[in-house]
Amino acid sequence: MNLQAIRSIYIFEMARFFRTLMQSFISPVISTSLYFVVFGTAIGSRIQEVEGVGYGAFIVPGLIMLSVMTQATSNASFGIYFPKFIGTIYELLSAPVNFLEITIGYVGAAATKALFIGLVILATSFLFVDLHIAHPIAMLAFLVLTCLSFSLLGFIIGIWAGNFEQLQLIPLLIITPLVFLGGSFYSVSMLPPIWQTITMFNPVVYLISGFRWAFFDTADVPIGLSLFAIGLFTAICVGVIAWIFRTGWRIRQ
Amino acid sequence: MTNIVEVRGLTKRYDGGFEALKSVDLDIKKGEIIALLGPNGAGKTTLISTICGITRATDGTVSIGGHDNVTDFRAARNLVGLVPQELNLEPFEKVMNTVRFSRGLFGKAPDDAHLEKVLKSLSLWDKKDAKVMMLSGGMKRRVLIAKALSHEPRVLFLDEPTAGVDVELRKDMWDVVAKLKADGVTIILTTHYIEEAEAIADRIGVIAKGEILLVENKDDLMTRMGQKTLKIELAEPVNAVPAALSEYDLTVDGEGLLYSYDTQTDRTGITSLLADLQKAGLKMTDLQTRQSSLEEIFVSLVAEKEGAE
Ligand SMILES: Nc1ncnc2c1ncn2[C@@H]1O[C@H](COP(=O)(O)OP(=O)(O)OP(=O)(O)O)[C@@H](O)[C@H]1O
Ligand SMILES: [Mg+2]
Repeated sequence: MNLQAIRSIYIFEMARFFRTLMQSFISPVISTSLYFVVFGTAIGSRIQEVEGVGYGAFIVPGLIMLSVMTQATSNASFGIYFPKFIGTIYELLSAPVNFLEITIGYVGAAATKALFIGLVILATSFLFVDLHIAHPIAMLAFLVLTCLSFSLLGFIIGIWAGNFEQLQLIPLLIITPLVFLGGSFYSVSMLPPIWQTITMFNPVVYLISGFRWAFFDTADVPIGLSLFAIGLFTAICVGVIAWIFRTGWRIRQ
Repeated sequence: MTNIVEVRGLTKRYDGGFEALKSVDLDIKKGEIIALLGPNGAGKTTLISTICGITRATDGTVSIGGHDNVTDFRAARNLVGLVPQELNLEPFEKVMNTVRFSRGLFGKAPDDAHLEKVLKSLSLWDKKDAKVMMLSGGMKRRVLIAKALSHEPRVLFLDEPTAGVDVELRKDMWDVVAKLKADGVTIILTTHYIEEAEAIADRIGVIAKGEILLVENKDDLMTRMGQKTLKIELAEPVNAVPAALSEYDLTVDGEGLLYSYDTQTDRTGITSLLADLQKAGLKMTDLQTRQSSLEEIFVSLVAEKEGAE
């Protein structure tokens, strides 16, 4: 294992994050605050409690997930797409590193950034609503797992993308709808039965449900199923990445 | 001398079906400087990229320091530094950080003292905190070299290291290369400047259309370049070499005669030739000498190759 290489990639990627520290933090803080003002205060004050939790608090896990998933995906996809785009990938391809080391470096950095942002949003929400976290360790574990799995997904997208439009497309077309329809702002039990069934095919539902369970001890789906879903998703992503590096798909001619 | 790089039957067909390397064999000796010359599109970059693992070989093998570059890629690549032809650099990063990154990527423990030495040798030390995008093209090329040297390679590939570099810096770069050679580093460089190959290489390889046409010691080539020709313009043209002059190496050339001789020998035979010309009653109107250069050897080899297709 070339640990120095992992460390170097990680540090190099984090440097990019710190160069744009202000944008990295300000935009999620502002958008979260807006969500709280609109959904939490303006609309939320007219919505009764959901499953015994005030609406303002109820949306916190979903809000964090929404940001974390989109940030993890876009950070990781950009992280590997950029070297491809500017040609510096030659160095990765000619260095004594294997796919696992490259992936750990890039995905680790992207997940760290997403985790930071998730924690910033969590801290921001304490300013707006009264929050008690029922299972803090589980909450953190879910957050980390989500950061990792969506960074893996983003990494795949970054390797696949042939231009900047494609880089934006998948997050916009797939991830945002899945997250919005995944129960970020409502409980699945609030839907009509037919939609409840359809929703069960949305993998994000399991993540948000599990994450919400860590906060409020209530869930749409059993917590074990949530863990299984996120584990499966991560395993699929790792498998795809291993295949990509073995075949050189889209990176090595 | 042992071979540090051995290329056997290396073939590269790109996705479109274009064959950029046609079963190339090449041995690179430990500690030498070998220059690869060849026209645009000859396959120089493809050859280097395939040896270094950036592109996959369609067929054939490469071994570096005795390690196969696919099955034992870690050991093979640990020895190799690569300076690509394109100025591929992260624009927003500081020079020092990109160089540190390269060192780490190759699994070497941080060593800023070594990096300082490298940057100084390339006159980049005062730019260490500058962002890459604020550097000139020639400076960027030196940053690429610094990145490759940061991890102390034993085999260094330089793909047109002096393209876009001014004359003075080119000389500095040759000094850097000479120092590396003194430290025992093997160097493979491609160039379009024949003087460059003449100035620093031990051996010269010529490549065209994906095939190696020649690999020869520079000195042997220089001996060939020692061949000079004397062109003798005559007042009255001849159709054949006059019988009286048959002992000289003469050929008919248009209006006159061509005499080939070797400058390395003590006697060129020019004096006696001129005397014999007069005796034979031929009137000379002009004399001209020409020396074949490496460039000519190169051009005629490549033209031959292209003519053959
Ligand atoms: N990615 C690619 N896909 C298809 N063909 C390619 C690719 N890269 C290079 N080629 C072709 O392979 C041939 C050799 O290219 P290469 O870059 O190795 O030449 P070169 O000798 O380095 O030329 P130059 O002196 O211009 O740098 C060229 O005909 C080129 O068009
Ligand atoms: Mg080239």
